[in-house]
Amino acid sequence: MSGVVDSRVEPLLPLVWFTALTAGVATILVAPLAIGLAWMLVRRPFPGKAIVETLVLMPLVVPPVATGLVLLKLLGRRGPLGAWTHEALGLDVAFTGRAVVIAMGVMAFPIFVLTARAAFEAVDPRLEQVAATLGASPWRRFLTISLPLAWPGLLAAALLAFARALGEFGATMLVAGGIPGRTLTLSTAIWQRVQLGDDEGAARLMAISFVLALFATAGAGLFARRPRRAR
Amino acid sequence: MSVELRGVRIERDDFTLEVDVEMAAACTAVLGPSGSGKTTLLECVAGLLRPRAGRVVVDGDVMSDAATRAFTPPHRRRLGLVPQDGALFPHLSVERNLLYGSHGEAIDLAHVAALLDIRGLLPRRVPSLSGGEKRRVALGRALLAGPRLLLLDEPLTGLDRALKARAIDLLRRVRAEFALPMLLVTHDEREAEALADASVHLDAGRVVQAIGGNDAAGRR
Repeated sequence: MSGVVDSRVEPLLPLVWFTALTAGVATILVAPLAIGLAWMLVRRPFPGKAIVETLVLMPLVVPPVATGLVLLKLLGRRGPLGAWTHEALGLDVAFTGRAVVIAMGVMAFPIFVLTARAAFEAVDPRLEQVAATLGASPWRRFLTISLPLAWPGLLAAALLAFARALGEFGATMLVAGGIPGRTLTLSTAIWQRVQLGDDEGAARLMAISFVLALFATAGAGLFARRPRRAR
Repeated sequence: MSVELRGVRIERDDFTLEVDVEMAAACTAVLGPSGSGKTTLLECVAGLLRPRAGRVVVDGDVMSDAATRAFTPPHRRRLGLVPQDGALFPHLSVERNLLYGSHGEAIDLAHVAALLDIRGLLPRRVPSLSGGEKRRVALGRALLAGPRLLLLDEPLTGLDRALKARAIDLLRRVRAEFALPMLLVTHDEREAEALADASVHLDAGRVVQAIGGNDAAGRR
């Protein structure tokens, strides 16, 4: 029995590295969209804003497995997006590392937007208005006033999103599977080890997950409380 | 220089400002009790609020016209707004606040800093400034952006008598030095008399009186 377990056991370091890397890439990829959208939701009234707000929250309330199923239908080789990437770019998405990144990104997106939104809400809108009367274009106002003043909150948002991505399980499992050496992450590896009756291995991975999540959330708390310093 | 608000209507929560007035004096005081719409009027001229109806014309340039949907955004108006509490950028030093809107043109930092007596504050952080210092820095920041009109929101409110006298003297010097027309929002008639040549009185969002060079043709 132990031979069976061992044959499907991933070496620890590459597993942790792959999980952190995919979670990091997912966070970086969704960051511009999440920050931009959060700013729009706070500062710019636009048609369909309520619908966008609801859609953003969807991955947070829909069962992750259901989100994963939607992604699988979209990104599978017969799905509309998957078929296109396969034919136009020669890229397969489902059951690859790309699928892991996408599942993590989608699941981390709501928490990124919500936390970034709170960060922008804390910036006094009059500062941007005064900057406008001083001749600053909307883009310059965003870069020189909103972004630097919201920066600690945005870092906290990124870290929370990263932590959420690290722990992603349901959607990843469906769209990427848990293929050892290819798409297996810490969460999916824990599940597999429990399935295989390797409680000790599962506990070890769980401990690592705890430590990583602890660092990310503690860091987020640290940034969220840090006051802005003048330059 | 003149500021015309023709048939302007602005709706804000449960408050409506409806004015029809031309302000052509070098310094016009906008007077009225709190909640009468003074700051709303100022923000409308600055372009921070978009009127539902009417036209805003500054110096012959149409800033907004509800009929044609024309609207010049605030960053293209060159109108220097000095909010009541200064609204300085807390993450920038005093010097960087002052230079925020500056294009390195005619007006230079050293000159403005000397005039407003804020040279010693340049390297300081905004949170370490007193209320009066913040206002002077905000005034300097607006001046350095090279505006064609200065919009001052309650520049003397909350200052003690000595500081108020000093601030009045300072505003007079700024006016003389830069030949800048001003719209001055205040609820204090004595302040208006000390600084302004003309006045527009607001109450409950309407112009109730216009004195000295201001024409409130359509006042209700």
